[in-house]
Amino acid sequence: MSDVLAVAEHRRGELRDVSFELVTAGRELADATGGDLHVAVVGGDTDSFADALNREGVDQLHAVEYGEEFNHDVYVQATEALFGDLDPEFLVVPNSVNGLDYAPAIANKLGLPYVSDAVDVEYDGSLTATREMYGSKVETTIEVAEGPYAVSIRGGEWPAAEGVGDADVSAFDVDFDEDAIRSTVTGFEEVGAGDVDISEAEFLVSIGRGIEEEENLPLIEALVEATDATLSSSRPIVDNGWLPKNRQVGQSGKQVTPDVYLAIGISGAVQHVAGMKGAETIIAVNTDPDAPIFDIADYGVVGDLFDVVPALIEEFGGDAPDV
Amino acid sequence: MKVLVTVKEVAEVEEDFEISNGEIEETYLDYDLNEWDDYAVEEGVQLQEAGDDVEVVAVTIGPERSEETIRMALAKGADRAVRVWDDALEDADILDVEAKADILAAVVEEEDPDIVLSGVQAADDAFGGTGVALAEEVGFEWAAVVNALDTEKVLDEGVASVHRELEGGVEELTDVELPAVLTIQTGINEPRYASLRGIRQAQSKEIAPKSFDDLGLDASVADSALELTDMYEPETESDAQYLEGDASEQAAQLADVLREKGVVDG
Ligand SMILES: Cc1cc2nc3c(=O)[nH]c(=O)nc-3n(C[C@H](O)[C@H](O)[C@H](O)COP(=O)(O)OP(=O)(O)OC[C@H]3O[C@@H](n4cnc5c(N)ncnc54)[C@H](O)[C@@H]3O)c2cc1C
Repeated sequence: MSDVLAVAEHRRGELRDVSFELVTAGRELADATGGDLHVAVVGGDTDSFADALNREGVDQLHAVEYGEEFNHDVYVQATEALFGDLDPEFLVVPNSVNGLDYAPAIANKLGLPYVSDAVDVEYDGSLTATREMYGSKVETTIEVAEGPYAVSIRGGEWPAAEGVGDADVSAFDVDFDEDAIRSTVTGFEEVGAGDVDISEAEFLVSIGRGIEEEENLPLIEALVEATDATLSSSRPIVDNGWLPKNRQVGQSGKQVTPDVYLAIGISGAVQHVAGMKGAETIIAVNTDPDAPIFDIADYGVVGDLFDVVPALIEEFGGDAPDV
Repeated sequence: MKVLVTVKEVAEVEEDFEISNGEIEETYLDYDLNEWDDYAVEEGVQLQEAGDDVEVVAVTIGPERSEETIRMALAKGADRAVRVWDDALEDADILDVEAKADILAAVVEEEDPDIVLSGVQAADDAFGGTGVALAEEVGFEWAAVVNALDTEKVLDEGVASVHRELEGGVEELTDVELPAVLTIQTGINEPRYASLRGIRQAQSKEIAPKSFDDLGLDASVADSALELTDMYEPETESDAQYLEGDASEQAAQLADVLREKGVVDG
């Protein structure tokens, strides 16, 4: 009755890391509700996925065969059927791009209150979720009076489940309504190839919206030249067309692991941090002492990049252009 | 063809702010058009410019103040706007996804658009669910996190051929039948600035105010299952070593760090 249903995520033949984090979060909730943790996998090589997901803490695995890749119409139908059958207290999915593409729909369809992008959840008869607002400047707690609940969890907040479980694995048959599948995935495309591979760089100088205008980019380029670094950026710089896509660090850009990541005028939004938190040393230059980037920085420079960067260029014998 | 664009006025927090009674005080908030919606408006206006007889209607849920924001959408080319507000919304501290979807669904029913463009998320509460929940509510197809749309195919074939931006530099190519809701990702286009002429024209465009009554909605749609119980500044987990002094002193220390780490010579 008060079970937890977690729906795993896979892409192009592989389970995504967040699926194992989902198991941990799901187990936590199942412990709190005193129920079982059901994990479902929909589409793809369900047998091998179910095998891999059979980690400690999982009570039941449900394999729904249908197609190879994520399709939201299929996921909505599969989740609806599973939910109807299992009658859980919680539906838990990743707050991934695919989560964004079907969780709100299934929550709406089932009439479940929906809390997205939770970084923490607590249950003692009712749900309290912790989430961020205003670009991570504040944290909030949200209380949801009555379940069952739909929650999407932020990647990287729960440790991945480990060990080998002894869950029951069974096929779950869904009577799919083909007419209700009105979207078709036609393929995938890798983007961002190009001359430089920022994921190989040892020293990245990375620029964010703090640079304000394209005309100011030569300042950063001068620093890159003086220090023999590689230039990367946060998303808005690429969105604006000031740098090509292959320079974007983050969730939808590249993952980088340089020895040093110098973040200049970057706030440290979660989707950016997802791409660079693996850097050995993180240095942040930002005017805002409360910018979230300082939470993960090893060295902090609270200051104006238009003062600090020219001075740094001079330190290395370069010439700072007038911007 | 009719395009409905959902826009939201979002609050941005100033660098220094204070929280009292679980809220950020009004004086520390600035209001602006949600970044993601700006791209959605542009995508709508591009459809209008590429097709014959395409109408773009902007819709917002917001108090009178938000007309300023919705005028920006009109100045950029939306033909007219609808603003939903009701006394029942005054006291709601957070409007959950379901409430927004229900309210917008009533507007969709009235306007009967072929395509709805919505931002991936709102920069303030970042729920990221309204567009997709709305699609489900009105029985439209949908696609979330769209960073490319084949405009001609929409106009000629009634199919939204989109790229969905997944994680890690991979995009999914998907065809979605119309009518559909697309949630628009930043970078899909280059949002234009409102021209002076656009701003002038926007003054004479219609912003139709709608109450729940007008839309046949019951006050209870504003009831949220979610309650915001606390708001606080996250405890800083920073163990960063701060480089003190004026800019040149900071730069000198920074240079030393870079030399020490062995990434820069000289
Ligand atoms: C689905 C999805 C995927 C995303 N994928 C990515 C991704 O892959 N990569 C990514 O980066 N983002 C991504 N984002 C966007 C992300 O949420 C942020 O919007 C983005 O990272 C913000 O970039 P920024 O830090 O450069 O800009 P802002 O958040 O605007 O920060 C600018 C910073 O510059 C500082 N500043 C301003 N002036 C100065 C100055 N003179 N000197 C020093 N500092 C200054 C400010 O204090 C501020 O902290 C994604 C978002 C979504 C919804």
